[in-house]
Formats: sequence, C-alpha cells, structure tokens
Amino acid sequence: MSIEEKDKQTEENVTNPAKADQQAEMEEIPETSPWKDAFRQLRKNRFALAGLIIIVIFLLIGLFSPWLTSYGYDDQVLANRLQPPSAEHWLGTDDVGRDIFTRIAYGARISLQVGFFAVVGALVFGTILGIVAGYFGRWVDMLISRIFDILLAFPSILLAIAIVAIIGASLQNALIAIAIINIPIFGRLVRSKVISLREEEYIMAAKAQGMKNGRIILHHILPNSLAPIIVQATLGFGTAILDAAALGFLGLGAQPPTPEWGEMLASSRDFIQLAPWTLIAPGLCIMLVVLGFNLIGDGLRDALDPKMKH
Amino acid sequence: MPKETLLELENLHTHFLTDNGEIPAVNGVSLSLHKGEIVGIVGESGCGKSVTSLSVMQLVPNPPGKIVSGNIHFKDENIVKASQKRMKQIRGNEIGMIFQEPMTSLNPLFTIGNQIIEAIRFHRKISKKEAKQESIDLLKLVGIPRADEVIDEYPHQLSGGMRQRVMIAMSVSCDPDILIADEPTTALDVTIQAQILDIMRDLNQERETAILLITHDLGVVAELCERVIVMYAGQVVEEGNVREILKDPQHPYTKGLIRSLPKLHGDEQTLYSIPGTVPNPGLKKTGCQFAPRCEFAFDRCFNEEPELYNLGDKRTSRCFLYDKKEGDAAEHAESTLGS
Repeated sequence: MSIEEKDKQTEENVTNPAKADQQAEMEEIPETSPWKDAFRQLRKNRFALAGLIIIVIFLLIGLFSPWLTSYGYDDQVLANRLQPPSAEHWLGTDDVGRDIFTRIAYGARISLQVGFFAVVGALVFGTILGIVAGYFGRWVDMLISRIFDILLAFPSILLAIAIVAIIGASLQNALIAIAIINIPIFGRLVRSKVISLREEEYIMAAKAQGMKNGRIILHHILPNSLAPIIVQATLGFGTAILDAAALGFLGLGAQPPTPEWGEMLASSRDFIQLAPWTLIAPGLCIMLVVLGFNLIGDGLRDALDPKMKH
Repeated sequence: MPKETLLELENLHTHFLTDNGEIPAVNGVSLSLHKGEIVGIVGESGCGKSVTSLSVMQLVPNPPGKIVSGNIHFKDENIVKASQKRMKQIRGNEIGMIFQEPMTSLNPLFTIGNQIIEAIRFHRKISKKEAKQESIDLLKLVGIPRADEVIDEYPHQLSGGMRQRVMIAMSVSCDPDILIADEPTTALDVTIQAQILDIMRDLNQERETAILLITHDLGVVAELCERVIVMYAGQVVEEGNVREILKDPQHPYTKGLIRSLPKLHGDEQTLYSIPGTVPNPGLKKTGCQFAPRCEFAFDRCFNEEPELYNLGDKRTSRCFLYDKKEGDAAEHAESTLGS
C-alpha cells in the first residue's frame, strides 16, 4: 500500500468511523501474493534464518574487511611466523607471518564473488538453454540435452580442472570453469520445469489469444519457473564456493598471494600438526558459508513449495 | 434468413502420428457457423470434438498432431494455409477461445488486471489506462461484482466460476467474431454453470458473437444452442436443430445418448447406457464406426461406410437407415423404437 493511499485512508477513517472499523478488520488479513507467502514462510524457518545470518555476517566481513583489521592481507612479518591465536592476531599467523583473520576477511570477498558470478553465469546460460530446449522441443531439445548429458558425464571437478588446464590457471578462469560445469545443472532443471509448464492451460490460453512465443516465454514460462531456479541458485552458491576452494587448493584457481580460502588451505597443509589454526580457520569458513547457503536453499525450497505450506 | 457464413470446415482430417501409426482423431468433419449463431458440438470423450476446435485455431500440438487434409474457411480465407503470423492475428482478435479448466487457465503469478490488459494491448494499440478501464468494463460485463477490486487480485483469490468469467472477459476483450468454448462449464457446479451460460447468451445477443460450444452435456446444448452437431469417432453423425434432435433423434447413436439421460419423471431403476465403448481410433475398421454398438446394425453397416444422408430441413444423419434403398430396415428400426 502506497503512502498516498494510506493518507487517503486515514482521512476517510476520520470522516467515516464505520468504514474505519471495516478497514481495520480487513487489514488483519495479510496481503497475499505467492512471493510474499514464501517470504513469510521463510522467516518462520529457523534453520533458513540461521543460514541467512551466517551469510550476512560473511558479507559484512567481506565488505568492511579494510576497516576490520589494521594489517594488509599480504603483510609478511617473518618474525611472527606461525603464531597461535592471540589478541594481536585473532586467528594466528601463517608460515610467512601474515595475519590469518585479515586474509580470511579479504578471502570472504573473493569467495562470495566467485560464488555470485559463477552462479549468475551458470544461471543465465543454463536458463536460456533450458527454456529453448524445453519450449521448442524436437531437435533443439535433442541437441541441447545431449550436450548437457556429455557435460554431466564427467565428474564436475575433473571437468573444471580440464577447462582450467586449457584456458590457464587463474581465479577468473576458475570462475569461468565453475560456471560452465554448473550450466547443465540449471539447464536440466529449467528444461523439465518448462516441459511441464508448456502443457498448462494458461499457456494454451495465451496461444489462443495469439501471443507470440517470445512473449509467452517472458511473461508466462519464465516467471513460473523462477522458484526452482532460485532454490538451485542458492544451493549452487555453496557448491561454487566449494569448487573454487578445491581448484584453489589444487593450485588451479587463485594464485598466491591472493587470500583465497582454498589456496590458504593448500599453502598451509604442511603445518597441520605444527600450527593447526592455519587450516582450521579457512576450512571452517568454507564449511560455514556452504552450510549457510544450503540452509537458505533448503528453506527456500520448502517456502516456495505450495504443498509444504500446511 | 440466410446469414453470412463465418466459419466453414470442409472435410477436415486431423491425425496424430504416434508410434503405433497414424491415428485419425478428426476424420472428415464438415460444419459451418454463421454470424451470430450458437452451434453445439456434442459427443463422448475422445470423439474428436476438442481436436476439431483446436484445429480451427491451429493449436493442435504438433508433433504429434497434424491437419492432414481439408479446408477451414474463416470469412473469405482458407486458414489451413495461413501463415503463423496471420494465425496469431486471428487468434484472440477474431476468434477467441475459452477452455475447460478455469483453475489453470490463468497464470498464477499475475493479477487478473495484468492478464486482461495484456490481452487487450496485445492486439490493439491503446494506452494502459484505457485498457484498464476497458478491463473493468469487461469484468462488469461478465457479471463480476466489485470489478475494480478484482482487477488487482490474483487468480488464487477467485473461485472457479469467477475465473471462468475472467477467461470469458479475456477472450472477448478484442470483440472476436467467433468464440470457441471448449467445455466451458464442465469443471463448474450446476448453479455457476447456468450463470456462465447466461453470460455467453448475453454476449451472443449483445455483440453478435458466434459461439461454437463444445460439450458432452446435452443439457447445456439444449439451454444455449440453436443448432447441434453430434460427433462420434471423429465424424459428424448427425446435425440439425436442437429442439428437433432432442425430440426426435435420427441416428442410433444420438438416440442412445438421449436415452441415457436421467429423466426427471420416471421410475427407471438403472440408467440406460449404450453398450460397448468408443472404438480405439488406432484400429482401422470398415463400415460404420458405430455399428458394433448399434442395436439396429445389419450386414451392410459392417461392410460399407455410410454417408451423411440429408433428411431435409437442414438435418443430416450418417446412417444407412436413412438411405432410400434401405426402406425395410428403416421401418424395422422405427417399429423397434416405437415398442
């Protein structure tokens, strides 16, 4: 309800008390739309809320990292090598004397960015291909689906390694590789949803009104396939971050001294007995972020599923 | 008085290509619809009535469906050969269509207004504001109370009858010449059915919209139509004025259909039903399609396919009983029915 409408209403309420009562009664029934329902449902889910809080915390840490710490992420003080957590170095220091908390904080930026761009890339291309395959069917579907099958036949991380090996090891290329391996996951999901939507009567009704394919796709097919896409995107966020960390760990993603969590794990794996905090901090962060996204994803799936409402 | 013919189907064949061969869902249907007329098509499930209507709109799912032969004349145009572009102009603008399931015919994510306005603005260049005003008027026309509020509501907030009204409002938004209604009242309860039929009759009278009503409910036909076409196994088996057909059906299938209606006055314990089932359209059969279920069938019915015999007064029947050569059989049938 817009402000003007509210103003108008209060005016009316003053002049007409009976109507005001009626209005008050009506306002108790919450406004409904499928998305608002889903959001209300999501708020009720404690796990999803916990996931949301975790992600927001990491977002804030990433966003304000320069203000949260007085060190630079690449400030090496060799005298302070492998120090355990203390008041000066909250999470200790690594083998070249860099503050781990600082690196974790800057790393949050990288991980969330990788997750975001990889998911957006996969989502955009996967959705386009999925809609084309599902809506038009026939040989187009055949072609696109077989390409998806081929991509899915490889273990995803192996495929990512192969792609990075071809285009070169860097954070950007790792991101591209992760996006590519996630395209068929979105594509197949969207395709199956579109195939079931295509048979809906409102699609037939839209056709009977003479609407063109492009319009039907944009106005009817796409909005109605959004729910599973959103859920998959949140869940995909987690796997993308995990994949980026794995590539970083293998030395195929972010290159030192970039404070990427997977790369941090890799460069400190020799000190697992000597200085376990060097591994625990980035490992725990990866786990928490992935967990956070998975909790939100599961919550969203329930919230957007009309059958789970009651 | 002869009125302008709007729609004429000539020997239309629509087949479905499946793994088990070609299945003729519509097998040589000819019919016509005149300006301002309401014509009903009745028949059992699977007799091809819906496919006939989808063929007119050229919305038969393809593959597997395909119009194999025949012509569809809309005004002066043979639309079987029309381009996709032309068909998109015709759909919604000149021929509107409403469907059986009002619960699923509206997109759940958009408001009613959104969807009607979209339908209006798709075919006509008018401003959003004008379109909105027109939508409200349309909703009022189809008898929706508090139309100016309903326009901002979502489909799930409306009942089935309301949604069907919205669908009707949408399909007549561009003032089409023809409205094809595919079982518009099947999913609704009886009181709402009557209201929807009233709305359709009003539309027909006020706007001179010709209506092609597809249904399996003879009551609906009796209520609304002037002329009725009875279909069986993809063919027209009988055609004529509604009152005459209901009072004095000629084709054995129509007789069976009418006999199987429950009567208000009568002491029958069990309802009559036509023996047998609708033939599997995949199996090719010689002779009359209805012969295996027909109580009047004789040798010729199993060997030869009957044509549509003209019974005069715009009535036709696809049955050898009305072939002049078969005088005896017809008399025989007459006497059995009388007893």
